[in-house]
Amino acid sequence: MSTPNVGTTETMTFAKAVNTALAEELRRDPTVFIMGEDVAEAGTPFKVLSGLVDEFGTERVIDTPISEAGFTGVGVGAAMTGMRPVVDIMFGDFLTLIMDQVVNQAAKIHYMSGGKLHVPLTIRTTLGATRRSAAQHSQSLHAWVSHIPGLKVALPSTPADAKGLMKAAIRDDNPVIIFEDKLSFQEKGEVPTSEDFVLPLGVADIKREGRDVTLIATSSMVQVALEAAKTLASDGIEAEVVDPRTTSPLDDATLIESAKKTGRCIVIDEGHRRYGASAEIAAVVSDGAFWWLDAPVRRLAAMDVPIPFAPNLEDLTVPTPADVVSEAVTLINP
Amino acid sequence: MTPPKTTTPKKPWTRAAALRAYEQMMRIRVFEEHANDLYLSAKMPGLTHMYTGQEAVAVGICEHLTADDTITSTHRGHGHCVAKGAAYPEMFAELLGREAGYCRGKGGSMHIADQENGNLGANAIVGGSAGIATGSGFSAKARGNGDVSVCFFGEGALGQGLLFEVMNMAQLWKLPVIYVCENNMYNEYTHYSEVTAGEILGRPQAFGMRTAHVNGQDINEVHTTAKDLIDRARKGEGPAFMLCDTYRYHGHHVGDIARDYYRSKDEEEEWKSTRDPINLFTTWLTSNFKITEDDLANIEAQIRSEAEQAVDFALNAPYPDDSEVDQHVYA
Repeated sequence: MSTPNVGTTETMTFAKAVNTALAEELRRDPTVFIMGEDVAEAGTPFKVLSGLVDEFGTERVIDTPISEAGFTGVGVGAAMTGMRPVVDIMFGDFLTLIMDQVVNQAAKIHYMSGGKLHVPLTIRTTLGATRRSAAQHSQSLHAWVSHIPGLKVALPSTPADAKGLMKAAIRDDNPVIIFEDKLSFQEKGEVPTSEDFVLPLGVADIKREGRDVTLIATSSMVQVALEAAKTLASDGIEAEVVDPRTTSPLDDATLIESAKKTGRCIVIDEGHRRYGASAEIAAVVSDGAFWWLDAPVRRLAAMDVPIPFAPNLEDLTVPTPADVVSEAVTLINP
Repeated sequence: MTPPKTTTPKKPWTRAAALRAYEQMMRIRVFEEHANDLYLSAKMPGLTHMYTGQEAVAVGICEHLTADDTITSTHRGHGHCVAKGAAYPEMFAELLGREAGYCRGKGGSMHIADQENGNLGANAIVGGSAGIATGSGFSAKARGNGDVSVCFFGEGALGQGLLFEVMNMAQLWKLPVIYVCENNMYNEYTHYSEVTAGEILGRPQAFGMRTAHVNGQDINEVHTTAKDLIDRARKGEGPAFMLCDTYRYHGHHVGDIARDYYRSKDEEEEWKSTRDPINLFTTWLTSNFKITEDDLANIEAQIRSEAEQAVDFALNAPYPDDSEVDQHVYA
């Protein structure tokens, strides 16, 4: 239901959808280029970009030194002077290395220049744990950048959204950071084949309709919520799964509307719980739907610990479908 | 530190170009006198950093640039902004936070940008603009338009890793970027020798980058050296690093008055009286062209009159409307 009136579709993986979006935009607009570590012949460690260098060459699919801050800065400057760079940050954890270029430079330049300068920059990176990659390759840091005015933040959860949001990010005149869940790359789905399939940034998507409880889930947690919804349905509870798709801008109205309809809301997000995206979303819903709510808004998020290596410990840190089911049942039958 | 000896050819300028360079240096000096006054008389909010003393660097280099060439600047950026062609009224208005300013009053002294003249902005993060300048060079190369990008920074930025990351890429990809290190000898309140190991030029040289070291108080030398570096960058021969020995007359910022704990009054006096870039150029101009002190005084008087009008304009210009506060967050 996420993609009404989009014409023909094709089944493809999330990774292929990202690759297709990039190829189409590289073909459409000569100012688009990709730069990052091992993006060319290697096609990134996840092989998401495989083949792009063959069609577009090493002048548009550019391997950089391992200098995240440096090549992000180059991306900012290129964006300010007529290009539309896609900067590839291999792991979301490496956002820490580029924060000055993103937060003090890219996010503020349009405002500080009184609207004269533009930074049409796309940064693609990852989020998500449970790949046994331990504390420095498993974080979900989207809340950090969602906190900064001037940045847009997209979190595709399906192959179709991956294509539509990537194209939107590239065509947008603002810096957009797009987080891809590493575990989604091989997930398959129907993806519109149209080259003009561009999703608006700031519009949530109802991934499943329901009347009893609203599950607002982001990125990796959308599949978790959908799986939970299936289990709940077998118990006669119809959950509505709402995917904000972007945390900045946040589609307050759709989230609030759903919570008003069901009267109950759980927010599920893979960032840490304290000061996380889940906190902001819960606050928005609590404020906007207060008089319609039958219970407090609940949150499920990553535990407030560094992501551990030991598999049994790591699995404890992120919300599971069972956690969501249990939370929903408690909310409905306290 | 002894600046290297001047080795410039006798006449690096035509008469008209030389007069224009003088005018541009004087334009920076007079701008800053007024900015300083505005700050000290509490008419200017915030904080500001004076470029006075370093004029020959900005002007000597920017006189080679077109409006399509770009520069990035620093927190000490008024000089670069003027040298790249900015106008007084919009500059003063910006420093005073008025809507008529280059950035509608939203940038101020530390973020002033002037896109039409190719100034991509002052930057209040030391070394923070190195990526932007390099990206602009990348952009010029990708489009093959022959434009160059000049990255102005102080020697304090030598402490920032970003600078070395982007210099590596610029050299690797032969980008048309000139890295101009203005060594005014003080990282804020600390002499650079206390915080800088090894040789400054050893850094770019390690990347295989073309380097030059000039007396930044001598605009002839700055201008002549910059020409070679900019020409070869335009031809696709790659970036360069230009080290300019210079001196800031004021403190780190306008409020840095009692500063004899980090540098002596004698030292300041010595630079002002024997190595002032405008005085040095005045002597050179009057002995190499038929230009009199009176000719130069007339130019200065004209600039002073323009400055007074511009300050008056800016002081009477309105602040941005309150409704502007959430405009331009997103394009």
